[in-house]
Order: sequence, then structure tokens, then C-alpha cells
Amino acid sequence: MNGWALAVIQAGLLAFGAPFLSGWVKWVKCKLQCRQGPPPWQPYRDLSKLFQKEILLSDQASPVFRMAPYLVFSVTALAGSVMPTIAVGLPTSAIADVIVLVGFFALARFFLALAGMDVGTAFGGMGSSREMMVSSLAEPAMLMAVFTLAMTVSSTNLASMIVNLLVGPVQLYPSFIFAGMGLLLVTVAETGRIPVDNPATHLELTMIHEAMILEYTGRHLALMEWAAMLKLMIYGVLIANLFIPWGVAIALTPMTLAVGLAAITGKLLLLGVVLAVAETGLAKMRLFRAPQFLGLAFILCLLGMLSHVILEVR
Amino acid sequence: MRRRQPEQVTAGKVAEFVTHLTRTVVTTGQKSTVPGVQVCLDVAGEDWGKAAEIAAEHTLRWSAAWAEHLSPDFHVVCLLACSDGHCLLRTRLAEGRPELPSQMPSFPAANRPERHIQDMFGIRFTGHPDPRRWTRHQAWSAKEFPLRKDFPLSGSPQLKTPPDCDYPFVPVSGEGIYEIPVGPVHAGIIEPGHFRFQADGEDVLRLEEHLGYVHRGVEKLAEGRDLAGLARLAGRLSGDSTVAHGWAACQAAERALGVEPSPRALALRAILCERERIANHLGDIGAICNDVGFTFALVQCSRLRELWQRNNAAIFGHRLLMDRVVSGGVNCDISPEHLPELFAEINELRVRVEELMPMLLEYPSLQDRLRTTGILSVELAQQLGTLGYVGRASNHQDDLRRDAPYAPYDQLVVNVPAYLEGDVAKRTRVRGDEVLVSLELLEQLLKSLPEGPLQIDCGPFARCCEGLGLVEGWRGETVAYVRLDETGRVMRYFPRDPSWLNWPALERLILGNIVPDFPVCNKSVNGSYAGHDL
Repeated sequence: MNGWALAVIQAGLLAFGAPFLSGWVKWVKCKLQCRQGPPPWQPYRDLSKLFQKEILLSDQASPVFRMAPYLVFSVTALAGSVMPTIAVGLPTSAIADVIVLVGFFALARFFLALAGMDVGTAFGGMGSSREMMVSSLAEPAMLMAVFTLAMTVSSTNLASMIVNLLVGPVQLYPSFIFAGMGLLLVTVAETGRIPVDNPATHLELTMIHEAMILEYTGRHLALMEWAAMLKLMIYGVLIANLFIPWGVAIALTPMTLAVGLAAITGKLLLLGVVLAVAETGLAKMRLFRAPQFLGLAFILCLLGMLSHVILEVR
Repeated sequence: MRRRQPEQVTAGKVAEFVTHLTRTVVTTGQKSTVPGVQVCLDVAGEDWGKAAEIAAEHTLRWSAAWAEHLSPDFHVVCLLACSDGHCLLRTRLAEGRPELPSQMPSFPAANRPERHIQDMFGIRFTGHPDPRRWTRHQAWSAKEFPLRKDFPLSGSPQLKTPPDCDYPFVPVSGEGIYEIPVGPVHAGIIEPGHFRFQADGEDVLRLEEHLGYVHRGVEKLAEGRDLAGLARLAGRLSGDSTVAHGWAACQAAERALGVEPSPRALALRAILCERERIANHLGDIGAICNDVGFTFALVQCSRLRELWQRNNAAIFGHRLLMDRVVSGGVNCDISPEHLPELFAEINELRVRVEELMPMLLEYPSLQDRLRTTGILSVELAQQLGTLGYVGRASNHQDDLRRDAPYAPYDQLVVNVPAYLEGDVAKRTRVRGDEVLVSLELLEQLLKSLPEGPLQIDCGPFARCCEGLGLVEGWRGETVAYVRLDETGRVMRYFPRDPSWLNWPALERLILGNIVPDFPVCNKSVNGSYAGHDL
């Protein structure tokens, strides 16, 4: 029972912390550009504003369009709930492994793309087609990274992966470095950050993710945006806890949990800074460079797999 | 990387063209003088197209066309730029039979101006391959012609303007080809304009612009105004070119009346004009980089521009320098105690720009986006007669400050940066180069600021007169035609923003690019919607 309560709290923290991470990245970016910038908690204000606003629906909207925000958000939240964020060994982490996590993302994306095409505007369709192009290349790379990790720690379950890493002797896995770099690139593509997509743009013709949700208003838009923030958070936790697992609570005592919370907060804030620096230093790529970018991610993950087979198999 | 191109002027000479024209075409023999141009020839209506053909043979640049209703005639005028000045062709049409051969077969640039005349006066251009309406949306009917004298200033507005949904865009058909309508309302705060793309996947097969959403009836509004009113109106034609249009309109009126402002007033106008150029170029460089997601440049350039404009407000009294140019001179001055401040500001900006531009021009991830994007070939730039930075990036160098200098530029040496590539990167680079050139000009102007009254009286008014103003604004050659009546009231004002000639270039340079590269191509051309829609 205690475990379930903790799991719920952990999932809640993940969902409610997500806007802060997005706001944090934005804030750091502003500081890097010598701008004042909105405070990191601005996304909470934006979301609460959107939740209070009226929903405007196109005459052309089908039920898919109305259902999609709820589906996308709940599937993403579900994906978040299986993440070992603060502690491992919670009952939720036994539900799903990392391949299911990839499946959750695919499901959310499927409805997102459907919603983009639903009202029949040119921008929505354009966004959906671009999103599918990017994800069709990002997904194999992501899976390849996941397989590399799974082979190294002999499990596809996120919690047992982390436990195996924590209890095992501290050693440097070359495969992890390759997979980690590959996963970073996939994260950038999948969460729609520069240089693949620009979350801050107002130019309809250049958008990927934003183009799909252009027609959304009010509560629907809030859910879609929150889901996107949550996705960034999940990827952040994935990278932070798989590649730098130290701090995650194995035993469920108040002390270890506090350390776990502090550790993940610190790791995510640091990751946010890295993301902000990269986004400030790069211009957005030409759309058709994205395949090369994700090809690189795939090759890195493949190298990780090969180096595991060659160097690490005993 | 190729270097700056040497100085080059492609157009033919006025005298040769005039000799050829008078030999071949029936001119009425009248050579009226319009102050501001080398020569003004009256051509018979039926020879209108032939005259353009001859002009094209002499590689003159087609610059502008406008019409005027002087009952019982319509006058149609076209302005041609030669290497040693400008040349006006004029023809008279009877009200009963308003038809004229189109000049578009010889000069593609004549396309939209002729359609504008057609919408405004009901003059039909025979042989025009594309006689669709242009400026007229749905605010007035196809049978009403707002610039005819019998059309009331108040118009006959409907209670509610019907939606403009039946414009016949040129269709493209084929498997998998889809249309993307963009605008006139955009996601950002920019001017309204409609763009219709036909795309195959992400490749742009065709782009068609549909402008006119900010038509305010400037030409009609000008009628009956006094000179002060004209200057105010011209300054509001396009907010970013307020000095250029204000100066062009005032110059036209002053030339018509045969008065010349004091050297001090002219130097101050040039200072204002160069300050406007610098502010807009800085803003554009940042905005181009921002359109490819490189916010750093936007922030840096916005900062420089903001500091510059704050000084505009502190020294000249207006951030955008609006209403500083008035007929007969200027209404602002530089006191001697401001001079050190201005020199320091110029030095500071030069240091910043010299630091920033090479960085942006060599930054790999930025240049990957800007180079080879939106190429306008040298031939096409010449054929379309593109102006300003759009032309110069494609080695179409025309710059009035150098080629047909007016005071005070006749005392100065103006370097014109030009390149061959014609891509977005070069259009950005030309802007950076021009900022440095302008800073140098500003220094020279400030060092030798002559004495004289700020404003002189333009009167007395005795006769009906006309004049042409030609000013190199930040977008390029800015034209204003003004006719005044005996009391000094405006009878006809036609401003020609450089955007008229640059907008068509955008339709061409986007071909072969992908849809998501359109915003940066558009920003690199940065045509004025308001200046074009009138």
C-alpha cells in the first residue's frame, strides 16, 4: 500500500514538475541571451490561463479532434508513471518495461498526428507529415539505444536496469557512452527542440509540433502543451537516471527518498542547462537535415551495441 | 567565398534611348520638362508597348508607372532608369476609350503596377497576359474607379466588406500536389498578405502572392492636401520608410515649385535617411537569423537597434524619425553639444557591427541555413529590376546615391556592396556592409554640417506644376510623383515603394526551395506590405 501511495506521489511530482523544467530551460536560455525572461514558473501561469479559457472548435472537427488532447495527455502521464524517478522497486515499475514506454510515446504521437490532420487545415497536415517523418527515424534509434542498455544490464525493465547499475561495480561501459549520446540526439528530435524543431517560433510554415496543435484552444491546448512538457520531463528522467543513476532510492526510507528527490531535481536542472546551451548555440537545421541528424543518432546507438558485443560480453 | 563585386552599371544612356525612340516611334514631338528627370517624352498611345520594347533593347530599368485623371484625358506615365539619369514616357488617353498596349511583354516588372492602374482608373492594358484584379479586393465594385475625379473621397462603403474569397489563383494540378494558403492573418505580429503555395511534399512548385490587404487609399487621401499634409501622409505610407517617403514627396513638391532647401536641411535629411537605413538593416539581420531559430543574433541586433532608436528619440524627437522631414526642409536640428555624442555612438556601433557580422557570416549552423537558400540569379534580378539589398546581393547594383546623386550625396562617395550569389546569406551580408557604409556617410555628413535655415517657405504658388522625387531609401529607389495646383494643393501624389519591384522577386527566388525555408526567404526580401498596397 505504501508502495502504491509512493508511486502515485512520484507520478504526480513528475507531471507537476514538468512545466517547471520547460520554464527552467526557457529561463536559462533567456539568461544566456542577456534577456530578462519570464520566471521559470511562467508555464504554470500559462497553463492555468489556458484551462480557464473557452474552447473554440472548428465545424470540421470530429470526435477524434476532441478526444486527442485527453488521450495524448493520459498516455503520456501513464508513461510518466512507470518511470523510476525518485525510487525503484515501486509497484508501477513492474507494469511496463522500456519497450512499452516507447510504445506509449508512439500511441500518443499517433493521436497527435491524427488530430493535426483532423480539421483539414494545411498546417496541421504539414505538421503531422513532418512529425511522422522525424519519428519514423527517431524511433529505431531510440529502440537501438534501449536494446544496448538492456543487453548491458540484462533487463528491459527500467527499475531493474537502474538497480543492476547501482548494485554492480562502478565501471565505465563504452556502450553506455555511445547509447547516451544517441539518446540525447533522439531526445532533442522527439521533444521538438532546436535544431530539429523550434518550440518558440511563430512561423507556421516552419513548425513541426506546433503546427499539429495550431487549431487547439483553451483546455485542449493546455493538455497538449502539458503533454509536450511532460514528454521532455520523461526523456530527461530517462537520461538522468539511466546514465547517472546515483541517488535513486532503492530502500524506501524517508532519508533515501529525500536524497532521491534532491538528486533527480539536480540532475534535471543540469540537463536543462545543457539543453539551453545547445539551443542557444545552434540555429535550426533545414528540415531535410533531420534524417542525417537522426541517422547519426542511430549510428551512435548501433556503435554502442557493437562495442557492447565486442568489448563487454564476458 | 566570392568577394564584393566591382562597381557596375548596366543600363543604357538617356540620349541614345531618346534618339532611338524618336526615330522609330511617333512621339508628339513635345518634350515637356518635369523637374527631377532628364527628359520627358510624350508618346502616342498605340506606341506605348513599342516604346517599352526599345527601352528594353537599351537595357533600361523599368522603375514605375502611374496614371492621372486630368479631365477629359487620362495621363499614363512610366519611369525608366538609365545609367545617367531617369526618363519619363507619357501618353494621353481619351476618357471614352481607356485602352493602352501593355508594357509587360518587355518588362515583367510592369505587371502589377499596370493592374493597379487598371483597378484604380479602369484603364485596360491590351496584351497584358494576366489582367486579374490586383489592388481591388471587395471594398469597392469592379465598376467603380477610385482615382477618377468623379469618385468621391468618402467612397461608397458597404456596411460590411464581403470576404475576399474568389480570387482566381493559378492552379497547379498533379498527383500529390497540395495547396497551402498562408495568411493574410499570421501567427506573429506582421503585416497582412496572402501567400498561396503549391507544393509537392515540401518542395515549392509555385508561389503566388496576393497583396492589397492594407490598401488605405493613400493616393486619393492626398488629393487636396497642402504641402504639410502631404509630408505627414507620405511619412505614414510605410512606418519603416517614413524618412525615405517623406523626403521623396517633399523633394518632388520642392522640385515642382523650383525651390531648394538649404544645404543644412538637406544634410540633415540625409542624416535622418541614413539613420533609418541603419536601424532597419540591424533589425532585419536579427530577424533573418531568428527565422532560422538563431535567437542570439536577434537579441544582439535588437539591442543595437533599440539603443540607436532611443538616440533618435533623444536627439531628433521621434524613435522612427516620423514627421522630421517637412516641405522646404526639416523640423529638427543637431545642436553642437550633441555632436560628440553622435560621433561616439557611431564609433560604438561600428565596433559592434564589425564584431558581430563576421561572426554571423562564419557561424556554421547559421550559414548552413542561409547559404544557397532562396537564390535570385543575376539575370533574373536584372530582368525584374529588383532594388536595394535584394538587387545588390545579385549584383544589380543601382543606387541613386551613387548613380544619380542628389544633394547632399553629390558631395560624398558612396560605396555600394554587391555580390553574385543572390542567396539569403548575401542579402544579409549586403545589409551588414551597408550599415558600415552608412556609418561612414554619417560621419562625413556630421563633420561638414553646413549652416543655413532649417526650413524655407515653398510659396508663392502661382501655377499648376509637377515634379518627381527620387530618393534612395533603405529598401532602394523610392519614387514620388507630385502635381500641385495654383493654390499649392496636391492634385496627384503617387509614391512608389521599392517593394513594388522586390515582391515579384520573392515569387521567383523561392522556387526550388522547401516550404519551411519560405519565412527566411521572405524576411531576406522584406517587402513592405503597406508601402506596396497604398
